[in-house]
Amino acid sequence: MPQTTTQSKYTTVSIPITLHDRIEKMIIKKSGFKSVSDYVTYVLREVVAMHETKDIPEPFTSTDVEEIKARLKALGYL
Amino acid sequence: MSLTPHGGRLVSVSTFEKSPEKSKELAENSTVQVSRETMVQMFNISTGVLSPLTGFMGRADYENVIDSMRLSNDTPWTIPVLLHVPETFNAGGGDEITLVDDSGNPVGLLTFEELFSISKKDYVKKVFGTEDEAHPGVAKTYASSDRAVAGRLKSVMRFDKGPFENYTLSPKETRVLFKEKGWKDIIAFQTRNAPHIGHEYVQKTGLAFADGIFINPVLGKKKSGDFTDEVILETYQALVKNYYPKNSVVLSVLHYEMQYAGPKEAIMHAIMRKNFGCTHIAIGRDHAGVGSYYGPYAAHEIFKEFPDLGIQAVFFREFFYCNKCAGIANEKICPHLESDRLTFSGTKLRKMFQAGETPPKEFMRPEVSQVILKSKTPFVE
Repeated sequence: MPQTTTQSKYTTVSIPITLHDRIEKMIIKKSGFKSVSDYVTYVLREVVAMHETKDIPEPFTSTDVEEIKARLKALGYL
Repeated sequence: MSLTPHGGRLVSVSTFEKSPEKSKELAENSTVQVSRETMVQMFNISTGVLSPLTGFMGRADYENVIDSMRLSNDTPWTIPVLLHVPETFNAGGGDEITLVDDSGNPVGLLTFEELFSISKKDYVKKVFGTEDEAHPGVAKTYASSDRAVAGRLKSVMRFDKGPFENYTLSPKETRVLFKEKGWKDIIAFQTRNAPHIGHEYVQKTGLAFADGIFINPVLGKKKSGDFTDEVILETYQALVKNYYPKNSVVLSVLHYEMQYAGPKEAIMHAIMRKNFGCTHIAIGRDHAGVGSYYGPYAAHEIFKEFPDLGIQAVFFREFFYCNKCAGIANEKICPHLESDRLTFSGTKLRKMFQAGETPPKEFMRPEVSQVILKSKTPFVE
């Protein structure tokens, strides 16, 4: 179970101190991130989203598609 | 495979037709009267425009949205979608609530989940960034109840789109359409105006790299002085017919009431267009802004906070006509003075049309101007 803060909106994960220091040095030089936590959150959201979008099936069946195509043709879109 | 809907799935809620039998069937439940705007939101939830929402938000989502710009499962979301109810309203867990229009006709069925209160002051500060009641979004919030009902929409009455039925496509339909057209990169263009040359250049710059453009004008309640819905659609039809290559544009309307929440609304505009299947969205100057509440490019900045939004924003500086360049330019590519530039001012345009004048062709295409001049009521009163 993650250790949560009193506000229950944040939790602590461990990363190597060496990595933490590298990120800290980098974000001091490059503006845009207020803290190592902000940076790590940003990167993780990007990576997680990339994985989540894989293998999601089409949101309609082949029957849906035929009905939709018929309406689109009738309206002049196809 | 098409672009993933926001939150991973495209929501679909069943619809019913208006009938005496349905009215009788739903009359047993407690009722909540809803506004036209809420009916529009219900329609957008039912067709998946607001995916992954399946109904009106509960407290956890509400608080996370206003505090962190995300739903409680971390999905990006910047403006709450609430069903406000009167102070006296009461219901129990699992109850079904019939949503009715102002004539008492059932327009939807909601499974009750939660009743909660909000601080309107907190809401306006966090969503609109101001407590100024001159801001239309703030005024509307203060005029609404501070009690909200959360619940999943079980079914909704078929939405009356008036004269725009044939120009309203659902996300399922646009996704099939884009696929049939063989488009992979699709740029969305959000608008609430008749198009001037500046708009056209934003669209065509986007089209230069995309396979197609999805022009998606917002129809619904607007501010006094805005173009009417009919004029917006007809002017775009004139523009597309005369100035765009065939098979490069899909023109379809979005029923939606503007919030004028500037940058936060820009994110919502992107989410909705992602659900329609777009890969990109054009974000211009003062997107979804009103008055001077937001910086001219605040809507560009906010996208940096969402690496997981799943739709790419394409940012545009303001276009203008430069006499020395002898063409359309923007400040990134034009070195000339302000005095050499003709800016596309909506106020100036409105005054010209009110005086019955045709704007210069450097400002607006003649075919577009003609639609406005021929209209008896081009502007919202």
